[in-house]
Amino acid sequence: MATRPEDLLIPRREGLYCPPGDFFIDPVRNVDRALITHGHADHARAGHDHVLATPQTLDIMAIRYGADHARETQAAEFGETIRINDVTVRFHPAGHVLGSAQIAVEWKDLRIVASGDYKPRPDPTCATFEPVPCDVFITEATFALPVFRHPDAMDEITRLLRSVKRNPERAHLIGVYSLGKAQRVIRLIRDAGYHQPLYIHGALQKLCEYYESQGIALGDLRPATVDAGAKGDFAGAIVLGPPSAFGDKWARRFPDPLVSFASGWMQVRARARQRGVELPLVISDHADWDELADTIQTVAPGEVWVTHGREEALVRWCAMQGIPARPLHLVGYEDEGD
Amino acid sequence: MNRFADLLDMLAFTPSRNAKLTLLQDYFRTVPDPERGYALAAIARDLDIPAVKPAQLRELISARMDPELFGYSYDYVGDLAETIALAWPQKGEALTGRNDAPGLAEVVETLIASSRREGPGLVEDWLDRLDPPGRYALLKLVTGGFRMGLSGRLIKQALAAFGEVNVNEIEELWHGLTPPYTELFAWLEGSADKPVNAAAAPFRPVMLSHAIDEKDFEKLDPADFAAEWKWDGIRVQATSERGISRLYTRTGDDISATFPDLVDAIGFDGALDGELLVARATGEGLETGSFSDLQQRLNRKKVSARQLRDFPAFFRAYDLLQDGDEDLRSRPFVERRERLETFISRLDPARFDCSEMLSFESWEELAALRADPPFTVIEGVMIKRKAARYLPGRPKGEWFKWKRDPFLIDAVLMYAQRGHGKRSGFYSDYTFGVWREPGELVPVGKAYFGFTDDELVEIDKYVRNNTIERFGPVRSVRAGAEKGLVFEVAFEGINRSSRHKSGVAMRFPRISRLRWDKPPSEADRLETLERMIDGTE
Repeated sequence: MATRPEDLLIPRREGLYCPPGDFFIDPVRNVDRALITHGHADHARAGHDHVLATPQTLDIMAIRYGADHARETQAAEFGETIRINDVTVRFHPAGHVLGSAQIAVEWKDLRIVASGDYKPRPDPTCATFEPVPCDVFITEATFALPVFRHPDAMDEITRLLRSVKRNPERAHLIGVYSLGKAQRVIRLIRDAGYHQPLYIHGALQKLCEYYESQGIALGDLRPATVDAGAKGDFAGAIVLGPPSAFGDKWARRFPDPLVSFASGWMQVRARARQRGVELPLVISDHADWDELADTIQTVAPGEVWVTHGREEALVRWCAMQGIPARPLHLVGYEDEGD
Repeated sequence: MNRFADLLDMLAFTPSRNAKLTLLQDYFRTVPDPERGYALAAIARDLDIPAVKPAQLRELISARMDPELFGYSYDYVGDLAETIALAWPQKGEALTGRNDAPGLAEVVETLIASSRREGPGLVEDWLDRLDPPGRYALLKLVTGGFRMGLSGRLIKQALAAFGEVNVNEIEELWHGLTPPYTELFAWLEGSADKPVNAAAAPFRPVMLSHAIDEKDFEKLDPADFAAEWKWDGIRVQATSERGISRLYTRTGDDISATFPDLVDAIGFDGALDGELLVARATGEGLETGSFSDLQQRLNRKKVSARQLRDFPAFFRAYDLLQDGDEDLRSRPFVERRERLETFISRLDPARFDCSEMLSFESWEELAALRADPPFTVIEGVMIKRKAARYLPGRPKGEWFKWKRDPFLIDAVLMYAQRGHGKRSGFYSDYTFGVWREPGELVPVGKAYFGFTDDELVEIDKYVRNNTIERFGPVRSVRAGAEKGLVFEVAFEGINRSSRHKSGVAMRFPRISRLRWDKPPSEADRLETLERMIDGTE
């Protein structure tokens, strides 16, 4: 009798569970053994007994939660085969943020790839997504609607720099999530030829330093504190911080701030307006609609499981292509990374 | 189309008025004719092209993509043009490197030359050649769906700043001009003379007043001034020439189509300045409606027979600017006023009358009249220098408004929302409520000005320390009988409203004082507001 995929991976309240390996992938509650795809808080939590992840994801978890976030950690290099009980697992680049991985799980004649969050387009701040042939491909669906077609990120940065030039008396405040988006946006700004100091909120500092230590040059970064200068000194400056900080007292130190937000959600006007964003930048670390479709066609799995996001649209698309697909009802993922 | 799409996007996301002015000027400076003129026409809603209906757009997209996937997308985005712009599955080669994107001028001129039936086919072809922002601009253009939040005044101010001319000159010219306004831009750029206004019944820029200050009275001799009631309608100009009659707002927007009953009754040759009101002829004379009656008639493209019957438009004249061929604007006010009375006596009394002049010897006498107006639709008195010429704009020392004291209530802060721009990071927009029952506050209004910057800091701190719940950018603030922040709220008028939970709606509410000293239990009750409405009806 053929092996059923449900015997290898199955959703549970804690997260996606592998019975023959006795481990969870990205569990949302504390478990004995966790395999972590990447360091965003909804995927990587503190308090597991044993954690297996890429060295960079482990570093990031240690930065965010302290070195004692798990009793025991084990590093998985990309492409390395690791045996856990009856199954073998391998980590492959997911292209989402630094250290992000897809996890291929093999047992008997069956291979399932849990891709976590991913984006196929090149990103100078992390290893590029690698399609892995498999029987079941588990895909995210954060931006799984035909309206989400992310423009070239560099074009968005060009718009930002144009706006900075046009408004020399205002400070540009760019909302960026502290892991991944912040460093990618900074790197892109540098690649666009802007080499003046960039000012960063304290929440970004450690992770920016970590990216630097991994060989990703971010240029002259300075703390966005009042000690750094008087209010007028931020005129014409670019300041990056977590979006939550903009509603906070923190934002008051800047002259007539122009609020921007770098996120895939900025594609939809109403979303930008609700947040009071004056300059929406459509820069996403997730696959857009076309990339989700292309990836599924490239990977050519026997079956697709769709999780967190707009599952119904992607399941519908798979049905139209004759690819068996079903939603995987996992709870607790909030796309922090976008 | 891309430049135009860019402009639309930036205007839509920019909250600041000054920044909008800058964006428009930059656009006029860098985009050539006729493109900039068509853009101007589109945002000023002055562009007459055959419209494409939303149902036709749905047909276009249904032929291109799975209706179920489109349905999911539309549900998520919530705007038809935006959903189609983003989801449009483009046919043919990728857009990068191509140079056949249609320009705004090409689109507008082609549509003008086409029939309504050809519209959808043209749109389909253009959608294939545009990127998503371009598609969005195109779809908003062809469906006439611009809601930019830009007033006609702001657009004219941007033109004036661009050409370094007085905004009154633009207003005076505006109705004689047609898209793409090449002669206007040539003049503003200094390469041609000012266009001659060829239109019949042009708008004449209006004269405005200053709010009077208590101190001003000492310097002003009552004998030099005339006074009349200030009516609570909208200031308009009725003008007619060579058989063409028009009704303009004080910023020069042509609202003739909204008030056909009044425009049809303009049986004169000249230009009148006055107040638009609703008034019914009754057995005993005219009965003037309230501002909320007038609101039934404002901002409508089509007027129903019922609205015409129930809320007839009426013109109460303040001034005569033009009598036949004679321009009276350089004559003194008293002389114009005399001419006005004769002029009005020849018109239909059910549609036109003269604003009554008030007789007074001293400012104290006028103050007494102001304190006790005969009708509730009066919002104060106007004081006009007898010798004043009719000057466009807001000349100093000529006309003064002396408004009735505002209504005041004490209300309790219930919700606070974060502000934008200079107020980023501050909770600066407040929803306040009054007691319906003991223990039950009902929201009655919103205010976001009236306080000083220092007071804003204090209120913000209070909001942060007393938040009980958050909904996105909004915080719900502790508000009970014992604990809560009381505002003294000033407002200009109050009406019944079925759209608000409380059943009341205020006009121009603002925070007049912070009452840190007052326990919330002593704030006003809803009954008090209802009595205010009864008092004004």
